[in-house]
Amino acid sequence: MEVNMLKKEDKIFKNLYNELGWEIESSLKRDDWKNTKDLISKGREWIINEIKTSELRGRGGAGFSTGLKWSFAPKEVGSRPHYLVINADESEPGTCKDRDILRFEPQKLIEGCLIAGYAVNAHTCYIYIRGEYFNEGKRLQEAINQAYEKKYLGKNACGSGWDFDIHIHYGAGAYICGEETALLESIEGNKGQPRLKPPFPALVGLYGCPTIVNNVETIAVVPTILRRGSKWFSSIGKPKNTGTKIFCISGNVNSPCNVEEEMGIPLKDLIEKHAGGVIGGWDNLQAVIPGGSSMPLLPKKICDSITMDFDSLIENKSGLGTAGIVIINKDQDIVECMARIARFYKHESCGQCTPCREGSGWMWRILDRVVKRKATYNDVELLADVTKQIEGHTICAFGEGSAWPVQGLLRHFRKEVESRCRDKPLVKKKLNNPYLVDQHLLENKNA
Amino acid sequence: MPKILINGKEIEFEKGMTVLQACELADVEIPRFCYHEKLSIAGNCRMCLVEMEKSPKPIASCAMPAAEGMNIKTNTAFVEKARKGVMEFLLANHPLDCPVCDQGGECDLQDQSLYYGVDKSRFVENKRDVKEKYMGPLIKTQMTRCIHCTRCVRFATEVAGVPEIGAIGRGENMEITTYLEKSMESELSANVIDLCPVGALTSKPYAFEARPWELKKTESIDVMDAVGSNIRVDTYNWEVKRILPRLNNEINEEWISDKTRYSCDGLLKQRLDVPYVKKENKLQKSSWDEAIAILVEKIQSIQPDEIAGHIGDMINMENALGFKKLFNIFKSKNLEFREKNYYINSEQKINYIFNSTISGIEDSDLILLIGSNPRHEATILNARIRKTFVQKKVPIFSIGDPGDLTYDYEIIGNKTDDIKKIVNNEHEFSKKLLAAKKPIIIIGESALELKSGKYIFETLKNFLLNNNLINENWNSLNILMQNASTVGLLDLKILKAETHNQFFSNLKNNKFKFLYLLGSDNLDFKKENEFVVYQGSHGDRGAEIADIILPSATYTEQNGLYENLEGRLQECKKASYPIGESLEDWKIFNKIIKKLSVQEKTSNFDQLRQEVLNIIPNFSNLNDLPKKEVIKKNEIKADFISEEILVRELDYYYTNSISRSSKTMSECRQIRQKTIKDGTNN
Repeated sequence: MEVNMLKKEDKIFKNLYNELGWEIESSLKRDDWKNTKDLISKGREWIINEIKTSELRGRGGAGFSTGLKWSFAPKEVGSRPHYLVINADESEPGTCKDRDILRFEPQKLIEGCLIAGYAVNAHTCYIYIRGEYFNEGKRLQEAINQAYEKKYLGKNACGSGWDFDIHIHYGAGAYICGEETALLESIEGNKGQPRLKPPFPALVGLYGCPTIVNNVETIAVVPTILRRGSKWFSSIGKPKNTGTKIFCISGNVNSPCNVEEEMGIPLKDLIEKHAGGVIGGWDNLQAVIPGGSSMPLLPKKICDSITMDFDSLIENKSGLGTAGIVIINKDQDIVECMARIARFYKHESCGQCTPCREGSGWMWRILDRVVKRKATYNDVELLADVTKQIEGHTICAFGEGSAWPVQGLLRHFRKEVESRCRDKPLVKKKLNNPYLVDQHLLENKNA
Repeated sequence: MPKILINGKEIEFEKGMTVLQACELADVEIPRFCYHEKLSIAGNCRMCLVEMEKSPKPIASCAMPAAEGMNIKTNTAFVEKARKGVMEFLLANHPLDCPVCDQGGECDLQDQSLYYGVDKSRFVENKRDVKEKYMGPLIKTQMTRCIHCTRCVRFATEVAGVPEIGAIGRGENMEITTYLEKSMESELSANVIDLCPVGALTSKPYAFEARPWELKKTESIDVMDAVGSNIRVDTYNWEVKRILPRLNNEINEEWISDKTRYSCDGLLKQRLDVPYVKKENKLQKSSWDEAIAILVEKIQSIQPDEIAGHIGDMINMENALGFKKLFNIFKSKNLEFREKNYYINSEQKINYIFNSTISGIEDSDLILLIGSNPRHEATILNARIRKTFVQKKVPIFSIGDPGDLTYDYEIIGNKTDDIKKIVNNEHEFSKKLLAAKKPIIIIGESALELKSGKYIFETLKNFLLNNNLINENWNSLNILMQNASTVGLLDLKILKAETHNQFFSNLKNNKFKFLYLLGSDNLDFKKENEFVVYQGSHGDRGAEIADIILPSATYTEQNGLYENLEGRLQECKKASYPIGESLEDWKIFNKIIKKLSVQEKTSNFDQLRQEVLNIIPNFSNLNDLPKKEVIKKNEIKADFISEEILVRELDYYYTNSISRSSKTMSECRQIRQKTIKDGTNN
C-alpha cells in the first residue's frame, strides 16, 4: 500500500505539521536558503525555463502554467517598476493549505519570493494576507524579520546582488479580494472589485505597473524545484499535472487533515489513507467537493475511481481548484449544503457586474425554497437557466464559482432536488424551446 | 487601417477602438448601460456581450480592444441568449414602476428591454428595496431603480472632479450614495441625471412636471455664461419645463452646468409682463403708449450727452445693434456693456476672445491662469481643463488664488510684479512657459479690472508675440469673458475708444440725467436724480431703480445671435412666447423710433440680423470659429503698477436676473453658503 504514497524525501513541506519548528534556524536545517545565491546567479532565463520544464501549474485554483506566467512579464524594466504580489487571501471554503505554509514553512515562501522576484525583475513584493489570518500574518512578519536579520532580504539580498523587500498587506475579509485584479485594487486602497482583462496584470497591474500575482503554495515550492531540478519535480505525478500538492481534507471524515501528496493520487486513497476514511465507511459517502466550494461536486460513483489532478477532474466536469476536498456523507442534506454554499456566494459577490450581483442571490433564494420544500418543479428548470445565465457572462471567474456548485448539484442530484418540489407539471411533455431565445432566431438556422 | 469582421461584413477601424465602436462603424447596434463615450470603461453591466470567434465565452464589446482579424457576431442565438439573460437579471430587482417614474419615455432600460428583453418575468422572490438617498436640491433619488452601472460614480470622479458619489456595500447590497448624504459640491452635478440610464437619479425640480413626449424641443444656446453651451429647451405650452445639453464636442461635449440647466424655473417667476411707470413715487401698471410717450418726452428734454445706455449680460446681437441705432437717433455716444471698468483692447478680435479655443485646451501642454476662476466663470471650460489635466497631466499654474478648481495647480504669485518678472524672464516660470510648445494663458476679468489691467494685457501680449506663442497655428492669448453678450457686443463696436473710460466716472459722479438699462441688472450704481428706464424681463435690480419699466422677452422667447468666448457665432432659438404684454427688444425700439417721429426708418429683425452678420469681423460660418486674422504688431506701452491680483469671488448661483429669480438656484446657493459657513467644505 505504501507504494502509492509520496516518499518522505520527496515531500517539499517537511514541517507541514510543525514537528520541526518554524523558526529560521530550524528551517535552515531543512535546506531552506541553501545555495540561493547560486540559483539566482544562473540567471532569469534559466530560472524561468526550469520552472517551465517542471510543468508547475499555479496552485491558486486556475492551474495556469507558472513559468509561462512569469515569461509574460516584460523582459526589460521600462519606465515603471515591476512588482511581485503573493496572493495569501485564502478564503475558499474548505481550503487551508496556505495557512500552514505561512505558519510553519514561512522561509520557503520568503525564499521563493526572492527567486521569483528576481526572475520577473521585481524589487518589491507584496504579500496580501486575508484579514482573518491575523496570527499567521504576525508569524510571517516575524519570519520576514528573521530573514532580514540574516541579510536574506533587503539590499543585496542573500548576497545575490538583487535588492528585495517584502511588505505584508492585510485584507479586510472579502472573498473576492482573492481574485488577482481585485487583490491589486485592494492593495491600492480601492474597493475590491475585479478589473477588466485585458490588459492583464503582467503588463498593467499594481499601480499600472507590470505585476506578477502568484499563490503562496506556487511560490513556496519554487526553491525546492530549482534545488532538486525540474526533472525531479516533473517525474512526480502525471504528465502535465506534475509535482506534489497539499490537499486539505475536511468534512465528514474521521481525521480531517492537510497532507502533501503526489498529483494524480486517487481520491479514495487520499481519504482512506490520510483522513481516516469517511465517517460511516466508504459506502456512506454521498458526494465530494474536490477543489474548494466553487468546484462542482462529484457523486460517489465518480469518487470511486477519480484521480486528483487538474485534467482528470476537468474531464469529469469539475476541477482541482485549490484542492480543498470536502467530503459529504449520507447523513447530510446535500441540497441544504449547496444552498449554504450559494448563500456564501451571494454574500461575497462584489456587486460589480449584473449577472453575478443579481443571479447569486436569486440562486440562493430558489435553493432556499427547495430546502424549505416551497419550490415547484418549474423552479428547478429556472435554477438551471439562472446558473447558465451567470456562467461566462461576468468580468471575473466568480460568476463561474457561484454557478458551478449549483450546476454540479443539478447534474448529479437532480432527483434529490426534484423530490423536494411540489406541483408536478400538468403538461409532462417537455417543450424544447429555450426560454430566452426568440422564435424567429430558432427558425433561422443560420442566424 | 486594420480590418475586423462584424456579422460577416468587413469593416476598417482605427487603432485603439473597442469592439463596440467598431460595431457602431458597421451600423450594428449594441445595447449598453454602463458604457459612455465620455467616461472611462467599466464593463460591468454586461449588456454589450457579443460573440467572438474562438472564444468560448461571449465578450464584453465595450471593454475589448478591437484587433485585426477578429470575427465578431452579434446576431446569433448565442448573443441573443446572453443579452436576454443579462436583461432578465437587470429587471429582476428593478421595480416596474414606469407609470410613476420620471424617466419613462426616455429610459434606456425601458427601450432596451423592449428590443432585447423578454416580455415576462420569472423572478418571483421579493424585490430588493433600497432607501432613498439625499443628493441635494437638484437630484431626486429612487435608488431601488438603480442598476449599478456606476456612470454617476465615474462622472463625479472623472469629469466633475468631486469624488463624492460612490458605491458602498457588496453584491446585492451595493448601493450608490453620496456617503454622507449631502449635495454634491459641483457645478456639474446635475449631469448625472442625464447619465443615469434608469430613473434612479432624476431631476428634482422637474419631478412629475411632464412626460418627454409632451414637450416641444427647441435646440438653442445657453446665455448664463460666455461659453455658449449647446442646449435643448423643452417647453410645455409656453412654459420652459427643462433644459438639457446638446452634444457639441467643440464646446460643452455632453455636459452643461447646473446654472444653465436649472435657471429655467426663473423664467416663470418675477417676470415683467406689462409696462410700469413711476407715479406718485410708486411703480404702477401702465400701457405701452403711455410708457413710450413719457420716455420720448423725457428724451427730448435732455441733452444727448446726458443720455446713457447700458447693455446687459444676456442681450443678443440683433437687439444690441437695434439699441445702438436707437442711441444714434438719440445722438448719444454713452453706450456701455461692461459691468466693471476692465481693460479691453478692441482693436483686433484676438484681443478679446479665447484664442486657443475650448477644444484646443486638450492640445495644450501648460496652462496659466491669471486672475481667473474658470470653475465659476466658465464651468464647462473648467471641465475641459480638468479633462486635459486628468488625461495628460498638464501642469497648471495660477497667478492669484482662485480656490478649489477640482484639479491641482500651483500658485506662482499673486502680484502684478510676478507678471513683470515673467515677461522679463526673471521668474522661474518663464523657462517652463518658453519650453512649452502649446501653452495657454487665460486672463480673467478680475485681472483686467485692476488699474494695471492694461499693463497685464499689453505686456503679456507683447511677450507672447515676441516669443512666437501667438502664431498662425497656435495662439496662447486667451481672455475669459464672463457674460454671454460681451464678445458679440465688442464685435458690434459698441465700445468707442474715445469714451472708453468716461462712462463709469460719469455714472459714478451722477452726470447722466437719463439712463437706459437694456436688460442690465449687474451695474454697480447709486441712483440720484437720473431718470432710469429699465427694459428687461425680470423684476430684479434694474427694475428696482427704474422710473419706467418696459417688459421684454428672455433668451428662450426670442431668436438671436450670440458669440461665445471663442468668438463662435451661435443662434439662440425661440422656444416659447414672450409673457403677457412683453415684447422683443427690437420691437420696443421701433415703438420708440415711431413715437420720436423722426425720419429714421425702423428695421425689422431680419434686417438687423443681416447687418449684424455684415459687421462681425472675421466671420466665417454660423457655429464655426472666426477666421484667423493677420496679427498686427502694435506695441502699446502701459505703466506698471504694483498691485495684488485678487480673483473676484463670484456668487455662482446668482450671477444674472434669471438665476436670481430661480427658486432652485437660491436653494443651491443657500446650501453652498451653509457649507462654507459650517466649514464642511473641507
